[in-house]
Amino acid sequence: MNFVLKIWRQEGTGSGGAFSHYEVRDVEPTVSFLEMLDTLNEELTESGQEPVAFDSDCREGICGMCSLVINGQPHGPIPGTTTCQLYMRHFSDGEEITIEPWRSSAFPVLRDLVVDRSAFDRVMQAGGYVTVHSGPKPEPNSIPIEPEVAEEALDAACCIGCGACVAACPNGAAMLYTSAKVSHLALLPQGQPERYARVTAMVEQMEEEGFGSCRNYAECEAACPKEISIKFIGRMNRDYLRAALREPINPRGKMESQ
Amino acid sequence: MDLDARIPSAPIEFMWDTHKEHLRLVGPRNRPKYRILVVGSGLAGASAAASMAAMGYRVDCFCFQDSPRRAHSIAAQGGINAAKDYRNDGDSIYRLFYDTQKGGDYRSREANVWRLAELSTAIIDQAVAQGVPFAREYGGLLANRSFGGVLVERTFYCRGETGQQLLLGACSALAEQIHAGSVTMHTRSEMLDVVVIDGRARGIVVRDLLTGKLSSHAADAVVLATGGYSNVYYLSTNAKGCNVTATWRAHKRGAGFANPCFNQIHPTCIPVAGEHQSKLTLMSESLRNDGRIWVPRQASESRSVDEIPESDRYYYLEERYPRFGNLVPRDVASRNAKEVCDQGLGVGSSGLGVYLDFRDAISEYGHDAIGARYENLFEMYERITGESPWNAPMRIYPAPHYTMGGLWVDYDLMTTVPGLFAIGEANFSDHGANRLGASSMMQCLADGYFIVPLTIGDYLSRHPSGDVTTDHAAFSDSETEVRDRTERLLSIQGTQTVESLHRELGRLMWQDCGIARNADGLSRALDEIPKLRERFWNELRIVGSGETLNQSLEHAGRLADFLEFAELMCRDALVRDESCGCHFREEHQTSEGETLRNDRDFSHVSVWEHRGMDHDPKLHREALTFEALPLAQRNYKT
Repeated sequence: MNFVLKIWRQEGTGSGGAFSHYEVRDVEPTVSFLEMLDTLNEELTESGQEPVAFDSDCREGICGMCSLVINGQPHGPIPGTTTCQLYMRHFSDGEEITIEPWRSSAFPVLRDLVVDRSAFDRVMQAGGYVTVHSGPKPEPNSIPIEPEVAEEALDAACCIGCGACVAACPNGAAMLYTSAKVSHLALLPQGQPERYARVTAMVEQMEEEGFGSCRNYAECEAACPKEISIKFIGRMNRDYLRAALREPINPRGKMESQ
Repeated sequence: MDLDARIPSAPIEFMWDTHKEHLRLVGPRNRPKYRILVVGSGLAGASAAASMAAMGYRVDCFCFQDSPRRAHSIAAQGGINAAKDYRNDGDSIYRLFYDTQKGGDYRSREANVWRLAELSTAIIDQAVAQGVPFAREYGGLLANRSFGGVLVERTFYCRGETGQQLLLGACSALAEQIHAGSVTMHTRSEMLDVVVIDGRARGIVVRDLLTGKLSSHAADAVVLATGGYSNVYYLSTNAKGCNVTATWRAHKRGAGFANPCFNQIHPTCIPVAGEHQSKLTLMSESLRNDGRIWVPRQASESRSVDEIPESDRYYYLEERYPRFGNLVPRDVASRNAKEVCDQGLGVGSSGLGVYLDFRDAISEYGHDAIGARYENLFEMYERITGESPWNAPMRIYPAPHYTMGGLWVDYDLMTTVPGLFAIGEANFSDHGANRLGASSMMQCLADGYFIVPLTIGDYLSRHPSGDVTTDHAAFSDSETEVRDRTERLLSIQGTQTVESLHRELGRLMWQDCGIARNADGLSRALDEIPKLRERFWNELRIVGSGETLNQSLEHAGRLADFLEFAELMCRDALVRDESCGCHFREEHQTSEGETLRNDRDFSHVSVWEHRGMDHDPKLHREALTFEALPLAQRNYKT
């Protein structure tokens, strides 16, 4: 198979970028999309041109490192799939393929197709955890959890933090990402004590990072490689509202003594 | 080289408790005065960094990815063992210890293995408290399944994403500590040297992968949690970025490297499709619970799969190992797959594959029950190969997966360099010559949550805090060395890409130091590797500069280390003139083709001391003793 690649090249954050055109020839249909780019990079290197920078690591769809907007779609044309799991058999011979980085002001481009997703980590750091230190813990079977609840929590918890939801959203919102973690912990008994403080802190951090607001386009769900449902956004909004209606509590503040 | 493992003198079942009772402590008010560097943010690194920070130590954590959550622990699929005995099937700490020792073919240290088994249950408790959504039974209690090579059901799991969920649990604890200001996280940062001053590890030199800037970090202790070296084979189940650099550079600064030839080849991976392939994908070993492995009995089989009658299907594992059948340990399964393919019975276009068939399981348990267990794995297989396991058997083949070898550590997980600790896959201690399925995450989390946070205190308490800063000349010397090396890589300007040279090394290692080894092949590899290394330093071409994100340069630095390390690996495999676990020397096998150990001469850990690239490394031995579980020939047949 032969392809014409139209790839976004950019020196660094803040510098201008432009599309460059490359031709790749005799690509086997069993080659993965990233392996096709590896081949391109080897050819570029051999001819003295700088290879295209792109992120990837596990190459089995779980680390969330790979990105790429392919023909306008984050992670390309196949639903429920990361870029690293795309194969060239999913494209047609002779096709022109446009490859861009995630497009969102909260994810500045670092170089070519590599973006800075540290905003996601800061949202997580704002409250995406149960405060629990290492050491002896209660016997886990002393708190039974209905299998459906555990499964639903896992449906949310399987988010890989890739950022496709943000890249797909016309507003660049991070609601699906944030709600996945909020819902995972809000569904489980272990997440209850910090449930409302968590949702408030994470939503506030999300807004501070410059992500847009949700207008129910649902593009995030369509682009999510783990097919996480937007029902979790509704769940997060309900919890956020409940948290706002509760009497403000500063859990680190002075305790009223008896 | 001091190889005193400092094993506490107490009966094995009381050893860890006794040791904890006698460890020196650092008081809560003094802990913030000590600074600890943790390199790596996988299960071991994240859990250690979070645990030590929560105790009050000042922690800096480094990873080369853009976020700690990307570490390759995330890809562990199947599950994590714990001796909870929830299934009432006779499990116990002793039984998990026994299975691990036996699985490791008696080449691990009993004291460490017992402690691992002992701590296994606390890991589950810890993970559940963090909100890890393990699979549950209808009554709401934790579910279990069995896993390769054992006769009890002790494996806890979250569908096929157990590693992801456990890592997100550990990273959530890390996130909390980052938020609290107790951990400073350095992403896209690669450790390129350990700084040793007056015989103690006092810091590291790190390259910022975005700007190429080098920085020095001084500390009171350094913890390496940098994973394994399976990518020495180029193709492995590891992530593209996994590398030996941190442990190798620590080795060059004095840390003994133990059993480098012990690497596990995982039996259930998707076969190689072609030259372009950049990595191999593991299919969880749990598939072997219900899938039946076979090849056609005839080498020239031309019928399609469903036309091959039962009598012409060779279920070779079930026939050869009736008791364990398809659940034999990984090395046995891998070697048998290679053997039938070498006999010309392999399937698929390359002939390097065997069938893993769910036909019988689907008809026995129904579509839904099998779907509930394996749906995401079936989807993954179909996504990669374009074929559905519902309609035709999967094709699988072994691939390098996990390395049991690593930096030598004592009972406190400290290397031969005082103040330098190694945890998780980066150390050698618990899995001997082969690792049981569902034990890697167990070891990472035991090391990170429960062991190193305590043992590091004992070390720190013996030294004043913060007495070395990056002003010390050792840091600038090390930075200069690292900078020179990077410049040298950029200045070669040859013709070969780093990928092509890495592929060459991989082929060589797979051929001569892979599933089966022999003295001729290993000697040949020992001749070839230095030549390839020389070619690397003469023919490599990297385009671009060292002052921006340059992924070829990163890869080249890692390959340069693999090219040095590969030689040590082959040397170790040559010197270990016996077969044990996954180290299969063709010269040493039973009449049935099983590994034949030589306990008289090789009941030891081989620990290598680096003496410069111009000198051969020196071999030291830590003798292994077998008191809790006497030596026995491994036998999965009866």
